[in-house]
Amino acid sequence: MAGLTRKAPVGAHYGLRDWLAQRVSALVLLAYLLVVGVSLVVAGHLDYDGWYSVFAPQPMKLFTVIAVLALAYHAWIGVRDIWMDYIGSTALRLALHVATLLWLLYCVVWSVKILWSI
Amino acid sequence: MNSNPPASPRPRIRNIGIGDLLHYRLPLAGIVSILHRISGLLMFLLLPLLLWLFEASLSSERSFEQFQDLAHNFFVRLVLLALGWALLHHLCAGLRFLLLDLHWGTERLAAQRSARVVLFVSVPLALLFGLYLFGAF
Repeated sequence: MAGLTRKAPVGAHYGLRDWLAQRVSALVLLAYLLVVGVSLVVAGHLDYDGWYSVFAPQPMKLFTVIAVLALAYHAWIGVRDIWMDYIGSTALRLALHVATLLWLLYCVVWSVKILWSI
Repeated sequence: MNSNPPASPRPRIRNIGIGDLLHYRLPLAGIVSILHRISGLLMFLLLPLLLWLFEASLSSERSFEQFQDLAHNFFVRLVLLALGWALLHHLCAGLRFLLLDLHWGTERLAAQRSARVVLFVSVPLALLFGLYLFGAF
């Protein structure tokens, strides 16, 4: 009977906080898209200088990093739910969870590197 | 029900199998919902491409030109069109879900109508984006 009481380490036991984070991060991303959209319209010509001038200012870099963090959290919850729904094997699911987390972390670091090298 | 209870494994509840999917007729809201999931996964999988393009477009004027050449490639444009559709659908369907969370339009007819609105907005916008990508204007 011990098998019935033991919980899988990748079960769904963190409901409300993630549910809320999913929605808050969605709103952050929506706000970011609107700001980038307006900035692009204001910048006018979409040559390199115009494109560069949108992302180069410090506040925009910071907002972009916040948006990427929101994206990573948002994608983590969504993709984790997909693994939980369709991947029956606990070992495979755990491996996919770890891979997803590491990959998203890599993307966050990568985007910071991109932004601070311009 | 169970013939050998001591050794019974954790129950696995499966209400549909993969084969059943072909016979199911999803309502419009169900189609919007599964496309929300598919578009989200698609964007997750294409995230490295997007970051790579973002890096190329920003790091220097020279790499920006390379980015432009790349963006002229037919296959890259198809992938960008898929990404554009995914973002538009995910955005529209996501806004609908946020409104449903606020208990707005949860009645059957209202929910059907909002599902239809999601598709009527996201699909034409994706087509417009495709026309723009392939140089119609």
